[in-house]
Amino acid sequence: MSLSTFDFNELTVSRVSRHYGRRRALDCVSITLRSGELVGLLGPNGAGKSTLLGLIATLIRPSSGSVAYGGRPASETSAALRSKLGFLSHDLQLYTELTARENLEFFAELYGLEDPRECAVRALKLAGLESRGDDLVQGFSRGMCQRLALERVLLHEPRLILLDEPFTGLDEAAGRTLVERLRALKADGRMVLLATHDLEAVEGLLDRIVILRKGRLVELTDVGASLRHSYRAELSRLNQP
Amino acid sequence: MNQRIFAGFLIVGVVMFAIAPVYIARAPYESTMGLIQKIFYFHVPAWFVMFSAVFISGIFSAVYLFKQKPVADRIAFAAAEIAVLFGVIGLITGPLWARKSWGVWWQWDARLTMALILEMIFCAYLLLRRYGGPGSDKLAAGLALFGLANVPFVYISVNVWRTIHPATSVVPQLAASAPGMFGPFVWCTISFFVLFFVMLMTRIRLEEQRAEVERLHLIVEKG
Amino acid sequence: MRNFFRVAWLVMRKDLKVESRSWEMVSTTLFFSVSCVLVFSFAFVREGRPIEGAAAGILWIAVAFSGTLALGPTFERERYHDALRGLLLAPVERSAIFAGKLLGIVLLMTLVEFVVVLLVALLFQAPFIANVLWIGALLILGNFGFAAVGTLFAAMLVRTRSRAVLLPILLYPIVLPALIAGVMGTLAVIQTEPNFDLARFWMSLLLFFDVIFATLALWTFEPVMTE
Repeated sequence: MSLSTFDFNELTVSRVSRHYGRRRALDCVSITLRSGELVGLLGPNGAGKSTLLGLIATLIRPSSGSVAYGGRPASETSAALRSKLGFLSHDLQLYTELTARENLEFFAELYGLEDPRECAVRALKLAGLESRGDDLVQGFSRGMCQRLALERVLLHEPRLILLDEPFTGLDEAAGRTLVERLRALKADGRMVLLATHDLEAVEGLLDRIVILRKGRLVELTDVGASLRHSYRAELSRLNQP
Repeated sequence: MNQRIFAGFLIVGVVMFAIAPVYIARAPYESTMGLIQKIFYFHVPAWFVMFSAVFISGIFSAVYLFKQKPVADRIAFAAAEIAVLFGVIGLITGPLWARKSWGVWWQWDARLTMALILEMIFCAYLLLRRYGGPGSDKLAAGLALFGLANVPFVYISVNVWRTIHPATSVVPQLAASAPGMFGPFVWCTISFFVLFFVMLMTRIRLEEQRAEVERLHLIVEKG
Repeated sequence: MRNFFRVAWLVMRKDLKVESRSWEMVSTTLFFSVSCVLVFSFAFVREGRPIEGAAAGILWIAVAFSGTLALGPTFERERYHDALRGLLLAPVERSAIFAGKLLGIVLLMTLVEFVVVLLVALLFQAPFIANVLWIGALLILGNFGFAAVGTLFAAMLVRTRSRAVLLPILLYPIVLPALIAGVMGTLAVIQTEPNFDLARFWMSLLLFFDVIFATLALWTFEPVMTE
């Protein structure tokens, strides 16, 4: 399967479970995403959001169930699939001993992109870090690291974008920039699955909302005026025996 | 696991072990070593079993790593435990015999060194499974596979190493022993393998049941 | 195939760049090897003269200990900030990532050994310099085998508790044949009447060990890295 030709328009997670010994991290989770959809993944800490994202990113194998990318399982597509995946985990996957530019150039080269230098320059601009491009990441604030990490994940223009708490450490301005970036990605036909606690920031941005609680997934159908309000209501409903 | 086959082997094993001491006692005395030579009837079969267990553990570890079948992991784990157990038997009976027959507790020859290294590798396997935390099943499988791959190398390297320094002849040739010893030896070897089979099946069953308990736990927690 | 080497090269170059910012690994490994050799020099010198053949053993023990020390930080750096995941997510053969890391370690160990060889030759009056090609060949082959197994095990243990303790426990029994071959080969070269045929035998054993275990490690890297 050639790297450049593989693409997909639909992600199907079917009844996926994942347990670690006696701890059930995910319980029969099913979800479908299509191009141009921006889905919010909400839920309390420890609900299994990071596990689900890691699983969709092919880093974790499900204990049962399956994930299909355009109808094909991960094993069939491997490296080609990863060329269309972008996963920003909570730990940012950056090398602190390298500069921002070096980080971007390394990953651009690794992903086999044409003209890695140019890609890095563009990414720095989008992250608002042009002036800090040659500074070591070690000296960056959390917010700066977050912006850099996001652009690193988007370097190869992935079709499926998985974001784990991308608003962490971002001030209001940066948060708004991120929201605009996400809107643009959506318009570009990408699929975005976004796990977050920052409900105010994503107000009005999300197409669909799913809630993960104790490993189980529930779709939030009635959003109403306030996302936070609806989310809280749904959680308390789920908490009732 | 077919209950009847297992029960059959168990009975056969018990009977064979019950009769074995009679055969051993009736076997001819070895001229130079006397009674202590009879350790040989336990010592050599113990090592045979140990190496077989190492082989099984290594092969099934590879299957587990590449095919992800949980049953392969259970077999590998059970075999590793048995390897360590029979290895300990071998490592204790060996020096007891060596002290009497060669005058030293230990010799750095190919076979002994290989046995010691394998024992260490599989002890490390058990340590890893116990203290490694989640995911240690895969890591241990990797270790067992590497341990198995190591066997020919240790044998060659220590063999050539030993020829540089003079060494006393170590292992009695089976063909050279009196026929009176060969019979009991075969009997004991077969008994040990029956025991090995019984223990392996029991241990695998234990792992199966543990997996089942985990599965039930998950179902119960669902509610 | 070409992509495999390209990726390995990229990973290795990145590792070198990261190391060049602080030289932490090179300096600690070097310092540790030197301390090792000094400690041994007290243990193995009788009446001002080194025990016959001790130099070979000391050289390889220093290699083994310092190699183990170097392996920890290699993957610790990846674990910090979860950078290893970033590598595993790349659309490349995961074994190529392993190869890159392996080459980086071999390079580091070789660099450190330049100093160790000189030091041992000096302190123990061993004819290493006279036989520099033989010693060099043995060391490189030995390094490679040691690093192949060590890099895989260090990668395996990256998410494990007590990984610092477990690494030597797992590693040493497996690389023992390579260490034996290294010591015996070195001895064959530096003894008063060198036996080059024997040295050649040990070198071919090392080569065989390297091929088998590097292949095994390349194969098992991916299954072992997926949760």
